[in-house]
Amino acid sequence: MAQIEMDGVAHSYLRHPEKDADYAIKTIANIWDDGGAYALLGPSGCGKTTLLNIISGLLTPTRGRVLYNGTDVTALPPEKRNIAQVFQFPVLYDTMTVYENLAFPLRNRGLEKDAIHRRVQEIADILDLTPFLKQKAYGLAADAKQKISLGRGLVRSDVAAILFDEPLTVIDPHLKWHLRRKLKEIHEQLKLTLIYVTHDQMEALTFAEKVVVMYEGEIVQTGTPEDLFENPEHKFVGYFIGSPGMNFLSCRLEGNIAYVNGLGIKLGKQTANAAQKTAGKLEIGIRPKYLEISPRPVENALPAHVKSFEDLGSYKIAAILLDEKTLYARLPEDAPLAAGNVWIVFPPEKTKLYADGRLVK
Amino acid sequence: MENRKMEIVLDGVSKVINGETHLNSITLQLTSGATNVILGHTLAGKTSLLRLMAGLDRPTKGRIFLDGRDVTGLFVRKRSVAMVYQQFINYPSMTVYDNIASPLKMSGLPSADIDRKVRAAAATLHIDRLLDRMPAELSGGQQQRTAIARSLVKDTELLLLDEPLVNLDYKLREELQAELQDIFRARKAIVVYTTTEPSEALMLGGNLVVMDEGRILQTGPTSSVYHHPSTTRVAQVVSDPPINFLPGVVAGGKARLGRDIDIAMTGHLSAVPDGEYAFGVRPNHLFLHAQGAGNVEISVKVELAEINGSETFIHVSHGDLHLVLQEDGIHPRYIGSNITVYANPGCFFVYEKPGRLLASPFGAG
Amino acid sequence: MNKWENNRAWLLTVPVLVIVAFSSIIPLMTVVNYSVQDIFGPGQSLFVGTEMYKNVLRDARLHEALWRQFLFSGLVLLIEIPLGIALALAMPKKGWGVSFSLVVMALPLLIPWNTIGSIWIIFVRPDIGLFGAFVNNVLGIGFDHTARPLDAWITTLLMEIWHWTPLVALLAYAGLRAIPEVYYQAAKIDGASPWATFRYIQLPKMRGVLTIAVLLRFMDSFLIYAEPFVLTGGGPGNSTTFLSIYLVKLALGQFDLGTAGAFSLIYFLIIEILCFVFYQVLKNVGKGTGT
Repeated sequence: MAQIEMDGVAHSYLRHPEKDADYAIKTIANIWDDGGAYALLGPSGCGKTTLLNIISGLLTPTRGRVLYNGTDVTALPPEKRNIAQVFQFPVLYDTMTVYENLAFPLRNRGLEKDAIHRRVQEIADILDLTPFLKQKAYGLAADAKQKISLGRGLVRSDVAAILFDEPLTVIDPHLKWHLRRKLKEIHEQLKLTLIYVTHDQMEALTFAEKVVVMYEGEIVQTGTPEDLFENPEHKFVGYFIGSPGMNFLSCRLEGNIAYVNGLGIKLGKQTANAAQKTAGKLEIGIRPKYLEISPRPVENALPAHVKSFEDLGSYKIAAILLDEKTLYARLPEDAPLAAGNVWIVFPPEKTKLYADGRLVK
Repeated sequence: MENRKMEIVLDGVSKVINGETHLNSITLQLTSGATNVILGHTLAGKTSLLRLMAGLDRPTKGRIFLDGRDVTGLFVRKRSVAMVYQQFINYPSMTVYDNIASPLKMSGLPSADIDRKVRAAAATLHIDRLLDRMPAELSGGQQQRTAIARSLVKDTELLLLDEPLVNLDYKLREELQAELQDIFRARKAIVVYTTTEPSEALMLGGNLVVMDEGRILQTGPTSSVYHHPSTTRVAQVVSDPPINFLPGVVAGGKARLGRDIDIAMTGHLSAVPDGEYAFGVRPNHLFLHAQGAGNVEISVKVELAEINGSETFIHVSHGDLHLVLQEDGIHPRYIGSNITVYANPGCFFVYEKPGRLLASPFGAG
Repeated sequence: MNKWENNRAWLLTVPVLVIVAFSSIIPLMTVVNYSVQDIFGPGQSLFVGTEMYKNVLRDARLHEALWRQFLFSGLVLLIEIPLGIALALAMPKKGWGVSFSLVVMALPLLIPWNTIGSIWIIFVRPDIGLFGAFVNNVLGIGFDHTARPLDAWITTLLMEIWHWTPLVALLAYAGLRAIPEVYYQAAKIDGASPWATFRYIQLPKMRGVLTIAVLLRFMDSFLIYAEPFVLTGGGPGNSTTFLSIYLVKLALGQFDLGTAGAFSLIYFLIIEILCFVFYQVLKNVGKGTGT
């Protein structure tokens, strides 16, 4: 178990980086609490796998330090840092049985046979792998293989943290649930520090207690899933989290009314007050879940036209055209069909204001 | 503009390789005008089916008709078909422009026409500014857009896509799904799209073909299949999160689910005769608070609560029954705590024991 | 994958069939024909049925050559395969060193085989050869490959190893390059020693290329002719008379085409059977491991 701190970490894959764009990671300072379940969320190329490899020691950062419980481990290789990593594709020792795979890290560390046996049984039990222990690892399904990869990390009782690099990539969608649940149970039971890298916001939000959102080499926001959903601090977080992402509209501010195409939308008091002190390009943002559709004109509404209305089983999505811009509204399953010209309503408490991409608050 | 509908018909098509049956007597009719989505788990036979439609493989038994013509014996080059794969397949040594133009170059069109069509396809996929780049310089999403543009440029009769978005980031997938919907609507071709994700199938709409283990389980308009899954297996394949099933015995207007949950067989359930059934209820029809009179209460133990920012998924157990509940909003619950879950019997599906749908909350299918 | 049949494609194979027919099948049939005849001279032959085969089974010198050959091939495999793997492990993975080492490795493979024999004759001469002079004068060992059978064997083996280990090394190197980086990363994290990494990751994943290497080296070494013939002529005495050298002596030297024909076929069969055995063994070693 360990608290992991990143102190001014920056990394470039080029030998002589000069400008900002040369850096895959552009200065990160972050603390991962002991025993926390974190998700590191971001699009492909944002630097999350690089960051994970720096935490695990597979990569040495160009600048900055990595500390475990206050000790500088930046120069230590992975095996000395006592971490475990589960990769995108199941990485197994094909010639060994499941038992031998799980026992391998312990054998390398010179544990006694009895201790190894006990520990392997314990972990196999937690992961529901006990019936497979004598089988060759190669013949099992992808989800069992990933469990074995995970098991190799869990067998080491002093493991500091377990890092996951998009581990559910090769798993069938209907089996992802089981594995996510297993991970959560393990977290509850063993209280290990878990860091989970993914580009899938659903995976990140259901797994983690705290989510770290990355974009172009920087951490853009850290918070609970609820924080990120209700108060995205950066336009990117609004876009990336939530299905569909947040709707944004350029606006002009006068007092506490935001004008979109000449029509006014009242903003919440706090937002409006804070907005007086900001400059820059202003936009209002609202999540599809909170955007309401009304057949009649009401307060805080703009006239628009429904482009399409999709039934997605447990909810519905309306694509709405507002002057060439398409907005989305997410409606409950039994919402009445909306079509043609409607009024879209922006509830003030749920309407956010962004200046130059950052939340005004 | 041609309004004629084209169709591809598979008649008793089977595919057996080395004794293993990959496709078992498939009879299917797919038309242009609406996206045809084939949904199934991996290894259900979707890719095999697509390859047969394309002409890359020959069926062991059965025949294939494209627009009335028997094409079973026809090699792929003689068919009018375009295909997009999961892996972003582009010619690595050609620019994006040449990649998109490649199907046309072999057909002998004048270069002015080719140029026009290539630019139109690129504009549709929003890659018109990348025409002189090489595939290796593009991101995954851009590479797949190039592959899709290449498939569109020739205006083939058949457009096949084999899980084309599965290797893309979640958000890119969302964007492309919306774009593809518009693109497919504008095409005259028969569009066939395979996927393993129910949410993608629902998003694309159109017609749904549910496959499992080499067989077709159900076909029909997507919404209709979703609301009336004809067997328990179809219900499982089409639901994400998975649908909950409770075994029940109906006797004298009442049903006992599991060991101790009693409900009255009213509303759409009243026509169900006595006997043993499987009762299905979707996770979003289980609630943490009573939704009205007539709700059945189930006391359960919480096994896991997952929150994704705007919804909560709670996995619970009642004896040896395991259920999943999906509720809007944030509702943290502790593992091991005892809570009560409410369900409206008006939302239950009833399946006969071998698995056929008997009653659906959405009326007759 | 059940591909379509395109009958026109068969026409494209006609040239190949013609060449194979002329260079392999017709000569093979001729050999079969010889093997059942006793040939006294051109145009004078007597059908003797299986008598030639019986001769073969009785010929003591042939048996000696056979055992010599097995010993030679056995030693070759035992030395070349591990040595090739070791070289492949030592070759650099990145940078300019890669091209450089690949070229250097390939050089011995480019030399015509009889030239190899000539190179080594000079190399081991005690007066002007680097190796011969070094061993005789500096180490004080009286090394003479023309006089002592052991020295002849050592020289032949060294020559063969020098010539062909690069092939094993290049194949093994290709096999190593194909292993995804994540396996090494996982092994590091599991705390595996370099030996464990080799034994559990690299070796199993090289199984495919090593199968090819073993089969190729076995077949070639079992057939070896030009290099030892140039180097020692089969001597001193019979000590390096390997199977093909003996066979050529029989057929062209003694003009005993009948026996030579019979033995050729048996030679052919031995190689076929042993290759099959090797292949099955290697395939089964990897069974259920997906490598």
